[in-house]
Amino acid sequence: MAYETVIGLEVHAQLLTDSKIFCGCSTKFGAGPNEHTCQICLGMPGVLPVLNRKVVEFTIRMGLATNCSINAYENFARKNYFYPDLPKGYQISQYAHPLAEHGHIDIVLNGGKKRIGITRIHMEEDAGKLIHDERNPWSYVDFNRTGVPLIEIVSEPDMRSPEEAGEYLRRLRDILVYLEICDGNMEEGSFRCDANVSIRPKGEAAFGTRAELKNMNSFRNVQRALEYEVKRQQYILESGGEVVQETRLWDDAQGQTHSMRSKEEAHDYRYFPDPDLVPIMISSEWIEEVRRALPELPLEKQDRFVAQYGIPVYDASVLTTTRALADFYEETVKLCGKPKIVSNWVMGDLLRYLNEQKRDIKESPVSPDHVAQMINLIEDGTISGKIAKEVFEEMYKSSKKPADIVKEKGLTQITDEGAVVGAIEEAMAKNPAQLAEYRAGKEKLFAFFVGQVMKLTKGKANPQLVNDLLKKMLSGS
Amino acid sequence: MGLNELTIHELQDKIKKKEVTSTEIVTDVFKRIDAVEDRVRSFTTMMKEYAFEGAKKADSEIGKGNIRPLTGIPIALKDIMCTRGYRTTCGSHILHNFVPPYDGTVVKKLRDEGAVFVGKTNMDEFAMGSSTETSYFGVTRNPWDLERIPGGSSGGSAAALAADECIAATGSDTGGSIRQPAALCGVVGLKPTYGRVSRYGLVAFASSLDQIGPFTKDVEDSAIMLNAIAGYDPMESTSVPTEVPDYRSFIGKDIKGFTVGIPKEYFIEGIDAEVDAAVKRTIQVIEGLGAKCVAISLPHTQYCLAVYYIIAPAEASSNLARYDGVKYGYRSTDGRDLMEMYKKTRSQGFGPEVKRRIMIGTYALSSGYYDAYYKKASQVRTLIKRDFQEAFKTCDVILTPTTPTPAFKIGEKMDDPLQMYLSDIFTISTNLAGIPGISVPCGYTQGGLPIGVQFQAGHFQEGKLLQVAHAYEQHSGIERRRPKL
Amino acid sequence: MKITKDQVEYVAHLARLEFSEEEKEKFTIQLNNILLYMEKLNEVDTTGVEPETHAIAIQNAFREDVVWESLPPELSLANAPDDSGNCYRVPKVIE
Repeated sequence: MAYETVIGLEVHAQLLTDSKIFCGCSTKFGAGPNEHTCQICLGMPGVLPVLNRKVVEFTIRMGLATNCSINAYENFARKNYFYPDLPKGYQISQYAHPLAEHGHIDIVLNGGKKRIGITRIHMEEDAGKLIHDERNPWSYVDFNRTGVPLIEIVSEPDMRSPEEAGEYLRRLRDILVYLEICDGNMEEGSFRCDANVSIRPKGEAAFGTRAELKNMNSFRNVQRALEYEVKRQQYILESGGEVVQETRLWDDAQGQTHSMRSKEEAHDYRYFPDPDLVPIMISSEWIEEVRRALPELPLEKQDRFVAQYGIPVYDASVLTTTRALADFYEETVKLCGKPKIVSNWVMGDLLRYLNEQKRDIKESPVSPDHVAQMINLIEDGTISGKIAKEVFEEMYKSSKKPADIVKEKGLTQITDEGAVVGAIEEAMAKNPAQLAEYRAGKEKLFAFFVGQVMKLTKGKANPQLVNDLLKKMLSGS
Repeated sequence: MGLNELTIHELQDKIKKKEVTSTEIVTDVFKRIDAVEDRVRSFTTMMKEYAFEGAKKADSEIGKGNIRPLTGIPIALKDIMCTRGYRTTCGSHILHNFVPPYDGTVVKKLRDEGAVFVGKTNMDEFAMGSSTETSYFGVTRNPWDLERIPGGSSGGSAAALAADECIAATGSDTGGSIRQPAALCGVVGLKPTYGRVSRYGLVAFASSLDQIGPFTKDVEDSAIMLNAIAGYDPMESTSVPTEVPDYRSFIGKDIKGFTVGIPKEYFIEGIDAEVDAAVKRTIQVIEGLGAKCVAISLPHTQYCLAVYYIIAPAEASSNLARYDGVKYGYRSTDGRDLMEMYKKTRSQGFGPEVKRRIMIGTYALSSGYYDAYYKKASQVRTLIKRDFQEAFKTCDVILTPTTPTPAFKIGEKMDDPLQMYLSDIFTISTNLAGIPGISVPCGYTQGGLPIGVQFQAGHFQEGKLLQVAHAYEQHSGIERRRPKL
Repeated sequence: MKITKDQVEYVAHLARLEFSEEEKEKFTIQLNNILLYMEKLNEVDTTGVEPETHAIAIQNAFREDVVWESLPPELSLANAPDDSGNCYRVPKVIE
């Protein structure tokens, strides 16, 4: 039987505020255990939460960017359960009145666009971190992460394959990064994903029983776990069994999902409105203020790049991965034109050097101005494309102006015919055997002579000129 | 007469005239504590050394002419208010060793106003009770009759003040925990409007109902204390940024032309005859002062108790989830795994009344019952609030008994939770509506037990409350007695 | 009966409390009496009445996104029943 896969994702994104959601402790990653905690995030007796305004603003931003309607009234609820990483015995979250609802984003897969519905986006606080002792019967609790602001983004069960889910996740991450509200780092846990997955016979309207997948800490793992889970469910159905509704953990090493038996007890979270927090009323003025400050989003930008600069879709999608990279590209094009050539340099040499050093585009030692100047030097024939590679490397190392590098290193292209002729004569004189072979018909040796001339001119000879003159002089005519 | 028997404003006069020093006052207070504390047992923790240091500092400030409204005045703090470096137990085993690393806002404010803290007072465990019998640290006794309860939950503060072990005290009031013990101990107890006094640093019982307020020997002192502790606090989301008037300016104003509502629902069967008579005499005194007393109705009064005993335990069940043996307080070492650690810690750490309320609250919020209990109660709460809004359209204040009976015997109601809950029947509505209320002494029973009358006013109308309470106090014709200890 | 012993056990588990058999019996009776008293509320028609969860209706209480000094771990951990290496230590959590 043919089955159809149904996937919905729940994404938790840590917001890039400086301080926690309900207290002033720092949200910075990497401090020593419990160094970023205070009486409030530790849930000591007598403390009270006060909401960080920026959390609301960031969440409105995400709501607008995903085409949600922003509710005029929302409140916080307490989700009650006991766990050592939850200091108050409840998590402050949103339940009946989330901030944003009924949105969607578009994804592009195999050239086609698809719309994925967003059910809701709500604000909540993160829990702490548990460290398990391998040899002793203890766990250790670090509350630094407790109270770091999160938004939970719940999708509709609109995805029909692990690939779609992967693409949706990447899109969502790109948007968050674009909005500068989340760093999107899955490995460090600032962007986390749980998946609900079920399968049903093709054509069937009712959903199958779903499993909830957790513990997938990379984009690759999300896709792998989903693929595994779809196969597992198919196998169960095909062998006449029934899928059980449960939570399953992805085991990266084994490449399998496992039932999470210890958490199978029925959840009864006893949600109720948090009496320590007051309702939030979001005026249309506030929404408009946030909307006006909203940046162009990745997909819109990609479409515009293709239309405006005439570059391939692939180039546009790479260049729009982050806002900073797109800005770098646009600024360079603004200075020197030649959108495709700029795209080649940015996507090629620049990104390669940056990736090698795991540097962000914002830390690039090369400025758009320098890239533009360098391209102008190629265009006006001062340097060759090949020499430009060397100039670029030096530019990256020293942040010097390309013209200065060319001058210092004497890299200006040799366009003087006499100089090139001299070099060719020297090459021919030094390699009489090869010359004889060439003239005997071994035309492959042409490239050898180009290389020799370039070597003698330290690569500065104008390649076209070298070509033309070599052809003439080698044949002896 | 010891200096410990005087009021804040009497002592202030003497301090200003350099007739007494703070050290002398504190000395008299501790003399009294040494003499009576083993019988009354008002305190969980004494802060004697701290108090004398504070007095010394106060005297040096006084010497420099820096006299704040509470400079050098010994005050007792209910042991529900976090004090940095001094244990804050909430009357519970589970917090018996908890030393907060921070001061609550009210503690800070009182200190800034020059107050000297003498100790932390006993209370019902987590403020759940009406008799101060549920404390892990033992029962506090009513100074007027040591066989009787002082009321609760702030029974330690009321008893300490009635026994002259301090000049004023703080309490917290969730369903009557300031006004009820004030009435039963013959002192003045004020519960301000919800949001008027910061809850930051007040160990939470029921967050939407809790409010800190003062216990004082007279109404003028109540105004002085409220001046010191009232005001917006950015550390609390439910704190209300409304301007704070000088409450002392309402002291001494007459109440001619005031309309005083007398709700018929508060004069019910089961109310003690002597209490009934004392409150009716109060009505006459008030009318004699030129106020108009009118019969009113608060139709949803009979539902207050049921609403309260759903909402307060529901909030409490969540507020008390943090006591799990992980971060502070008591942890049972009997458990073999995490689940057992949780259950044993909480079962050994909480007393029966706290466990009972956690059970009620957990049940009321649990899946399938939320609508029938918590939501229903919250809706009826809206109606109760509307009753008061309606009443305050025509009334300046409302007058009722504070409690249905005078202080009852120790142990009398311990086995019947519902009977115990009924002792808060006149004070609970105030908290549900978030309005201010004050209890003022209005007489004594034949047996010499104090009786209190309660005034309620609209949101942020503490000024009116103090005005009418003070006018009444000045003309009540009740002799000022002291318990014979 | 509003609440059975089974329910008492379920609620106790949710609240992480445990009781002896005797206590369970006693609680079941006491909770029943209390819940029966709550039945009174069913007399009130609350159709269309908004539930009141705050005593005073205010909204939008915010703090600005400003970092303050955290507690030094030695102070925050001073009350910990069991700690090690600046972490709170608990019986092992099995997932």
